[in-house]
Amino acid sequence: MSVGNPKSWMPVKTLTLKGNLSMDANSAARKLELWKGNEAIAEAAVRAGLEAYFGYPITPQTELLEYLSTRLPTLKKRDGGNRVFLQAESELAAINMVYGAAVAGARTMTSSSSPGFSLMQEGLSYIAASQAPCVLVDVMRGGPGLGNLAPTQADYFQLTKGGGHGDYHPIVLAPATVQEAVDLTYNAFDLAEKYRAIVIIAIDGNIGQMMEPVAMPPMRAIEKRDRGWELTGARNRPRRINTSLFLQPHELEHMNRVLSEQDAAVRANETRCVEQFTDDAELIVVAFGSAARIAQTAVKQARARGLRVGLFRPVSLYPFPEDRLTELATRARQFLVVEMNAGQMVQDVRLAVDRAAGAARYPGYAGGALNWSWTPRPTVQFFGTMGGLTPMPDEILERIEKYMPVLPLSETMIERAALDIAYTN
Amino acid sequence: MHHEIIISGFGGQGVLFAGQLLAYAALEEKKHVTWIPSYGPEMRGGTAHCTVIVSDEEIGSPLVQHPTAALALNPPSHAKYAPLMKAGGVLILDATLIEQRSDRADIQEIALPAKQFADELGVPQIANVVMLGALIAATKVVALETMTRTLQEHVSVKHRDKLEANQMALRRGAEFVNARAAALA
Repeated sequence: MSVGNPKSWMPVKTLTLKGNLSMDANSAARKLELWKGNEAIAEAAVRAGLEAYFGYPITPQTELLEYLSTRLPTLKKRDGGNRVFLQAESELAAINMVYGAAVAGARTMTSSSSPGFSLMQEGLSYIAASQAPCVLVDVMRGGPGLGNLAPTQADYFQLTKGGGHGDYHPIVLAPATVQEAVDLTYNAFDLAEKYRAIVIIAIDGNIGQMMEPVAMPPMRAIEKRDRGWELTGARNRPRRINTSLFLQPHELEHMNRVLSEQDAAVRANETRCVEQFTDDAELIVVAFGSAARIAQTAVKQARARGLRVGLFRPVSLYPFPEDRLTELATRARQFLVVEMNAGQMVQDVRLAVDRAAGAARYPGYAGGALNWSWTPRPTVQFFGTMGGLTPMPDEILERIEKYMPVLPLSETMIERAALDIAYTN
Repeated sequence: MHHEIIISGFGGQGVLFAGQLLAYAALEEKKHVTWIPSYGPEMRGGTAHCTVIVSDEEIGSPLVQHPTAALALNPPSHAKYAPLMKAGGVLILDATLIEQRSDRADIQEIALPAKQFADELGVPQIANVVMLGALIAATKVVALETMTRTLQEHVSVKHRDKLEANQMALRRGAEFVNARAAALA
């Protein structure tokens, strides 16, 4: 397995796409059908060679499980092969079944929604330690607790910072359209196997319940693979051991180093984001998933009013596209983060913007008001909705106008700022 | 062209299916389209609605604050969406079930006896299709012929015997709106 240079912790490549919500330009050539988000993700997984699905029903994710409950057995009857659908007795059982199937080398996945996803965290930590590749789908709903069934993005911390105990990061992908959900799911298994990592598709009820035209990718045959780590029975070969228990500290240290190296490679190679109108933007809206497509409507309305506003949409929430954001922070003067939570991704945005400090210095505006003092870096504003309310374009547009710098920089202002600096020093 | 349409009524009246039919027809005409339902702990007899956006351009927000067109199949839906309509929008209500009318002068309100038409056709469940016919005639969101084909493809095998009634329901809804427009002209 190839891992990147362990010393190179900084991401070196960011896949940046411009001008389109959907990531896969090739999909335009294929036949379009109308698919519901949850079912489209299930079908994309089947076409990517899904062999074993284990899950437990929970709204707003249930259509995914329901779809596979008929699709996988029908496929097995028709083509034979290793296709398993099993409704487990609980989320704990489901994630541990995924664990078992993954260490046996099967393409396996589960799906759930926030409270059910919390129940899976112990299993996820074990899976991370075992380097068992698998795909999960979290259709986020209102929390904390049982919350409600409405769409939110409040699992950002849990998804991107690990979730279970110990040092690990799943790869987290947040599609904004049903097509993108299909494309990301279709590639998720390859990604999981490449890094022997957990890949999580993070959506909410807006994407899961929505129907949109989709071009489905072709069906892939299930491959028999032996990459040297699968537990498939030790007949005629030395036995293999997969465990998450390393009682000797130096052994556990080694295992964690391996995980860190993989993480570095993921950060170097798998960062994805989509941008619109960022080239000349004074204010950049940062949002992911369904909030991003709503923000896009607001950004277009702002552009129509002559405001220089752009949209930055992280597609990979982990690894976070921080380098590109830092680069943009040397040019844009305001950032507005829109999330369907109390403010989670905004922390990662602040870190990325703060790194730009020193790279660029200019006079500017803070909090929407003309600010004559020296502003070392752009300000990061936040707008969030909680409890399952989805922000509406008008609400976002209102914030854009509130935070937008309205006057161009004049010579006087730049001179004044320079004087301020001299005075401060 | 850009239409933001809300279809709303009681669970069981086929409001979600009517929205899906519209989405299928829009897809056939190679338009950009999104369909999103209200979802939650809902049951038959409760209220349900869906939002369908049909556009020549890529669609950002799939949710709508101020619809350009709405179909109201029960009184609570009329009460909810009449004040929210975008100025110049089209609000079509099932006059068999809804007595109240909006006092807004800046929208076009069409009172169509959809349930009565469906009853006359012998299939009371297809008031939703009558409403769809009216929507198409009033907004030209898709061509009526496209929707006729869509019905052929998406009326389930179980209800094949009602396909003709569905197609007549579609036409009756459209004819009602066209006759009304001709009378006003």
